Amino acid sequence: MVNTTPFHERLSELNHTQLWTHWSGYLSALRYDHSAKHEYFAVRNSAGFFDTSPLYKYWIRGRDAERFLAGVLTRDIRTCRPGRAHYTLWCDDQGYVLEDGVVFRHSDSEFFMTTAEPNLGFLTDLIGRLDVSIEEVTDEYGMLAVQGPRSREILAKLAPEIADLPFFALTQAKIGGSAVTISRTGYTGDLGYEVCVAADDALPVLDEVIAAGEGHGLIPFGEQALLMTRVEAGLVLINVEFSSSRFAFTDHDRVTPKELGFGWMLKGLDDDSRPFIGRDAIRRELAGDTSRWASVGLVVDWQAYDRLYRDAGLIPPKDETPLDWESMLYDDDGNRIGYATGLMYSPMLQRHISLARVRPEHGSVGSQVNIELTVNHKYLTVAAEVARPPLFKPERKTA
Amino acid sequence: MAATTTGSTEYDAIVVGGGHNGLVNGAYLAKAGLRTLILERRHVVGGAAITEELVPGFHFTTFSYALSLLRPDIVHELDLVKHGFMPILMPSSFAPMENGDYLLLGQDRDENIKEIMRHSPHDADAMDRYEHDVNRVCQAIKPLLDKAPPNVFGKSPEDLEATAELVSHLRGVEPKVMHDLVRMLTGSAADFLDDYFESDILKGYIASSGIIGTQVGPMSQGSGLVLLYHSMGEHDGHFGAWAFHKGGNGGFTQVLARAAQAYGAQIRLDSQVDTVVTSNGRVAGVALADGTELKAGLVVSALDPRRTFLELVEPRELPGELVDNINRFRFQGTSAKVNFALDGLPRYPALGDRSDQYRGFVNIGPSLTYLERAFDDAKYGRYSQRPYIDGAIQSIVDPDMAPPGKHVMSNFIQYAPYHLKDGDWDTEREKFGDTVQATLESFFPGFGDLVLHREVVTPLDIERTVGLSEGNIFAGEFLAPQMYFFRPAPGWSQYRTPIDGYYQCGSGTHPGGCVMGAPGKLASQQILADRKART
Repeated sequence: MVNTTPFHERLSELNHTQLWTHWSGYLSALRYDHSAKHEYFAVRNSAGFFDTSPLYKYWIRGRDAERFLAGVLTRDIRTCRPGRAHYTLWCDDQGYVLEDGVVFRHSDSEFFMTTAEPNLGFLTDLIGRLDVSIEEVTDEYGMLAVQGPRSREILAKLAPEIADLPFFALTQAKIGGSAVTISRTGYTGDLGYEVCVAADDALPVLDEVIAAGEGHGLIPFGEQALLMTRVEAGLVLINVEFSSSRFAFTDHDRVTPKELGFGWMLKGLDDDSRPFIGRDAIRRELAGDTSRWASVGLVVDWQAYDRLYRDAGLIPPKDETPLDWESMLYDDDGNRIGYATGLMYSPMLQRHISLARVRPEHGSVGSQVNIELTVNHKYLTVAAEVARPPLFKPERKTA
Repeated sequence: MAATTTGSTEYDAIVVGGGHNGLVNGAYLAKAGLRTLILERRHVVGGAAITEELVPGFHFTTFSYALSLLRPDIVHELDLVKHGFMPILMPSSFAPMENGDYLLLGQDRDENIKEIMRHSPHDADAMDRYEHDVNRVCQAIKPLLDKAPPNVFGKSPEDLEATAELVSHLRGVEPKVMHDLVRMLTGSAADFLDDYFESDILKGYIASSGIIGTQVGPMSQGSGLVLLYHSMGEHDGHFGAWAFHKGGNGGFTQVLARAAQAYGAQIRLDSQVDTVVTSNGRVAGVALADGTELKAGLVVSALDPRRTFLELVEPRELPGELVDNINRFRFQGTSAKVNFALDGLPRYPALGDRSDQYRGFVNIGPSLTYLERAFDDAKYGRYSQRPYIDGAIQSIVDPDMAPPGKHVMSNFIQYAPYHLKDGDWDTEREKFGDTVQATLESFFPGFGDLVLHREVVTPLDIERTVGLSEGNIFAGEFLAPQMYFFRPAPGWSQYRTPIDGYYQCGSGTHPGGCVMGAPGKLASQQILADRKART
């Protein structure tokens, strides 16, 4: 029996396609409208809301909670003040990525964490003698992402305190009498917020948000539109850009934080006050410059792409749905140098774009790689240029 | 947009007219390193592609109102995305019917098939066959859109080579595709559609694209060409797809202006060009209406052929045959706009409180007969009593067009002949507006109660405001003798004029009108190639 989220009753009424996926055991809309591209444009031009409730959720509390998380998470949580959130990773002791997630710091000793996979056992086993309690609260909260240029205006009608909320900050607020936490976070690379609400209050809060969005073009969006925005935004996805080291059989299926594009998280590694899991391995990797991959964005040469298809007698397809398989990358001599994930046509950028991992020597901005495509049942390649993600980065996202 | 002006009076190139083709042309010339000045008569660039806030908070696309044919290469070559290019999907097409039913098509093929089957099971697969056949025609002739036409009358090695290239391309086209092409170029939309469809609503819906901007009915020979032209847009890679640019087509031309300025082009507003100054058969610059003289060895007219050849320069300086051809070039504008600020969304009784039908075009042209009758009026110099209407409630896909809960609705109207048999447009304007509003009321009961503001734009208004002769939205009708290597006149389809250094880049040149940009770009290529050949 599949579960439904606290928003489901209303979302089901709104889902004209009745297309659902199973996400962590919950029904999740693939799209509400026959056109995912329409939903995508709501996020990019007005506003959309997305039910992100299926994420696993944990309260991590206690006098030693900060110390505990500082030892588990790759990014130094001590730099996250109360009222702020961190996008973060955690690794195994070989310095390979286990998972990514967001930690919301509510107070000195209270952290709320969302993850894609269950982590209670992993986390609990690491507590040792520390004064920390971890509570799995996935079903107790609904999470609603409200994203897009109008999201601030819409939510500020309900909770004026969010008007000045900085990027990756959070605040307590009330929406129609219900207590909520609103954070300026999301997975679309746009201006956007996430509203976390007790499951029992989820429906009335959703209804308030929908009513506030009337006349502002606010519509629900599903996973298909979300995946388009996240590729443009350069946001990685587990089991697409990386696999959890926990389930890997070989190191080919593992990546390090640096390889995944998170070198910027690796600050203060020499600070012995924070011995976190994987630190030694990561230090060795950085010192020895042994990273196997560089994570980059790719922008396909539009002329080469068009020519490839026209020469084959075809109309060049421009499909905004990201491919859910890897596309191989080659250098000009035909050597395999990496793989692209999420190749898609970006309506905002008017180009085919992708995320990719390439051998470090091919990772500098402006380098050229060749992406493998199947045209008329033959493998052909098209040129693409290495660019720094996010490929779509509106000022409003962080302004 | 801040118009840049400097005290300079000398330029490498002056572009006359800041419509979309003038801006495209000026941007390419500036990109190539020419000191380029774009002169616009009005206080705003864009020509017929402007957005105006006529009522506070309500943004009207006064004239052109959607994007489809814009050449994708221009978007890339002028780096328009960086300057804000944003074509928003219009995900549905709604065609109300006189019996209260409707055809509502969207982005889901299977849903569309079911919807068509409601009207005619036969036509469900006919739609796929039709689209595939037309796509193949579009694919075959698309290369011709993106290239200057060959001068088939020329004898130079380049002309012969270009003509041979054309023949060779056409020889590569499959017989069926070639036959479909010729049937569309020479026949009527009605005949072509009759081969596929039986349902009136589908035929009316599709044939509507065959009458835009040209004084033909769907049963007239020639409407097939107009239909084909409108099928060749390739927004986001989909032939025939349309988009709404963020902020309307005025939003788009502001993007173009920013791009042109980023390449160094200067834009001077409120600067009407009176004449193109020539000296010994060579262009020397322009004289503005206020008497200012600006020098340039290269002047490009983005205006229509009548203004380019008969008004900006002395026709006496031009070959008689060219003057004759331009004199007989058919404009006879036949389109109008009636735009509304609305207090809420219209209600279509059969759809109850639904509003998703308004996310794209609202096509009021429910049958070939309806369209042909609308044309009948125009044949005799009257505007249609039951006009064809291409509506779009643009604030649905772009909420920035109107205040929350309110809307703007653009309505393209046909037929509204420039030459009225009785009366004139200044006296008929509001009566015409009433006729259009009454037609909308007949499909959307209560429509009139929603109207906060109405803007009626007649062909005369188009001519006066934008400068398009007789208000023709394409700067000259889409008729076979006015297309390709005949546009605007035999021998002068390669953007040159008989005056050395004087070029044309408006929609009166190949490929033609719509917010396409190809004339502006192709003209710049010709200009730059000629300059290179000279050095």
